[in-house]
Amino acid sequence: MAYVAVKGGEAAIAAAHAWLARVRRGDTRLSAIAAAQIVAQLGRAVDRVMAEGALYDPQLAAMAILQAQGDLIEAAFLVRAYRTTLPRLIDSDPVDTAAMRTQRRISAIFKDLPGGQRLGPTTDYTHRLLEFDISAVAAIKPDAPKADPDPAIAATLPRATDLLGAESLIEGEVPSLNEPIDLTMSPLAFPASRDERLQALARGDEGFLLALGYSTQRGYGHTHPFVGELRMGAVGLRITPPELGFAIDIGDIILTECQMVNQFAGSKTTPPQFTRGYGLSFGHADRRAMSMALVDRAMRAEELGEDVSAPAQNVEFVLSHCDNIEATGFVEHLKLPHHVDFQSELETIRAMRREAQATKGAAPDEADNAGL
Amino acid sequence: MQGYNFAYLDETTKRMIRRAILKAVAIPGHQVPFASREMPLPYGWGTGGIQLTASLIGADDVLKVIDQGADDTTNAISIRSFFARTAGVRTTTHTDAATLIQTRHRIPEIPLRDDQIIVYQVPMPEPLYRLEPSRAVSRRMHAMADYGPMHVKLYEDITRFGRVAVSYDHPVVVNRRYLMSPSPIPAFDNPKLHRMPALQLFGAGREKRIYAVPPHTDVVSLDFEDRPFNPIRAPHRCALCGAEHSYLDEMVIDDRGGRMFACSDTDYCASYQAREA
Repeated sequence: MAYVAVKGGEAAIAAAHAWLARVRRGDTRLSAIAAAQIVAQLGRAVDRVMAEGALYDPQLAAMAILQAQGDLIEAAFLVRAYRTTLPRLIDSDPVDTAAMRTQRRISAIFKDLPGGQRLGPTTDYTHRLLEFDISAVAAIKPDAPKADPDPAIAATLPRATDLLGAESLIEGEVPSLNEPIDLTMSPLAFPASRDERLQALARGDEGFLLALGYSTQRGYGHTHPFVGELRMGAVGLRITPPELGFAIDIGDIILTECQMVNQFAGSKTTPPQFTRGYGLSFGHADRRAMSMALVDRAMRAEELGEDVSAPAQNVEFVLSHCDNIEATGFVEHLKLPHHVDFQSELETIRAMRREAQATKGAAPDEADNAGL
Repeated sequence: MQGYNFAYLDETTKRMIRRAILKAVAIPGHQVPFASREMPLPYGWGTGGIQLTASLIGADDVLKVIDQGADDTTNAISIRSFFARTAGVRTTTHTDAATLIQTRHRIPEIPLRDDQIIVYQVPMPEPLYRLEPSRAVSRRMHAMADYGPMHVKLYEDITRFGRVAVSYDHPVVVNRRYLMSPSPIPAFDNPKLHRMPALQLFGAGREKRIYAVPPHTDVVSLDFEDRPFNPIRAPHRCALCGAEHSYLDEMVIDDRGGRMFACSDTDYCASYQAREA
């Protein structure tokens, strides 16, 4: 059963893959799941895989989830490994989230605001009681609200942060004139600019971002956050082909955007203003967008003249470890054979122990039982 | 509700929580650790307050739940319906009709009585956490009443901004001993904590702490002799009821800078309107 038999490696891999295929399919008396069912019924898993896989394609994400037996990091890995082979034809125009056809739009900083508060399809106010009666879950009331927003809400909604901006209560967002850095085309470099950081966070591991964001709330790099606005819905994606010279709409994507409003920076001489943290994710992903916004703001500590002491404020630490494809690869690579290195360690530790025993005199009980 | 005990929690858990409450009442402002349970609502949404309410509520109680001062905010509705469902108790929106009031971020405008209990939902029970993130260290600071760093923080605000820049969750000293977070109520509400006839209980589910201010206890907001505690409110009258001294919400009514101000305490606003009519 050795996993590196002298010559049996190839057969062992083939046998492992055959076993994996059987396990993945499971009990054949049960019907197989179709990717379309995953798209339709496991939407949050699909959204996470699209975000971390950095490719907006629900069908591919669903196929990856199936192939990965529901292991979402493995699924994101499959998607990443596919996307990297795709030709890069053109950059899209920046999406306009103010023109989002919102299914969900909430602001925690105003009781009411133009366009109103809209919960959308959220679990926020459900009581987490297991629904043992599955037939009740399956039965959808015919009068349940449709995903299509009514026309009034489909109109452009001002962002809550823009309402603060009109009074200069929040720092301005200056459009960047430079071509943004593309993380997939050039490697991460430090110090990392904000566009670079946001790209890395957008595809970063949700659990890692969540834990870091949470740590800022508990005092490790506190930023006094408020959810200025969280919105989710469809945004039109446009490209401007050079041969046409005007923008054309190539379809819609679902996005979740979080504008975090954080407590002010300022001094006796410059009037205080609220500061911003920003989060954006493919799909419906409140947790992800909010965590990203918290971490984005925490990483701006140096720029805003705050102490840099907490993990979430350490740009190099956060960005170097947020990618779960990189992380899972390196953690799991410890399973690979390392016996050449280990052999040299064995020889070294034996030599060191011999030397130690020679100088100090024998320590027989320990030396005899060490098993080396 | 079938399959669950009265008010969701089992009786042993309720007894454990009541013992923590008794200890908290005996040491005003001191954070008592307790074995907080998983609740069917997420952490941060009031699980500490819900556990306190669940352990206190009886079949004869009348429950009021507010969030941001209002009975009709989504989370208040959710928690009220949770207890209506799991305990079958009567609920009310009238402050004076309630025996038990669970709140997030506000204290009702009208004074509470000694036959009422107010339960606060607390996100961060440790008032020192922004200055000292380690709970092991901050506990020692409480033991030694080492509160100098908090005074220094307020002093630094004055030198940097010209005033104390704490507008909510302004720290208080309870019974001249423990520094306490009043939960994120606006500083405007802090004076109501002082010598309140009602029992005030604070529950933090995620951080697993309970603390209390017994009736008629001194609660002093931290300040300096030459910079006295000075909470602010929006300088307007309520657009709905005309009240001049209540805490106001700001509502954005258009995208051209239009604003409307109205009482955050919806019950107070409604009764004020009824009185004026």
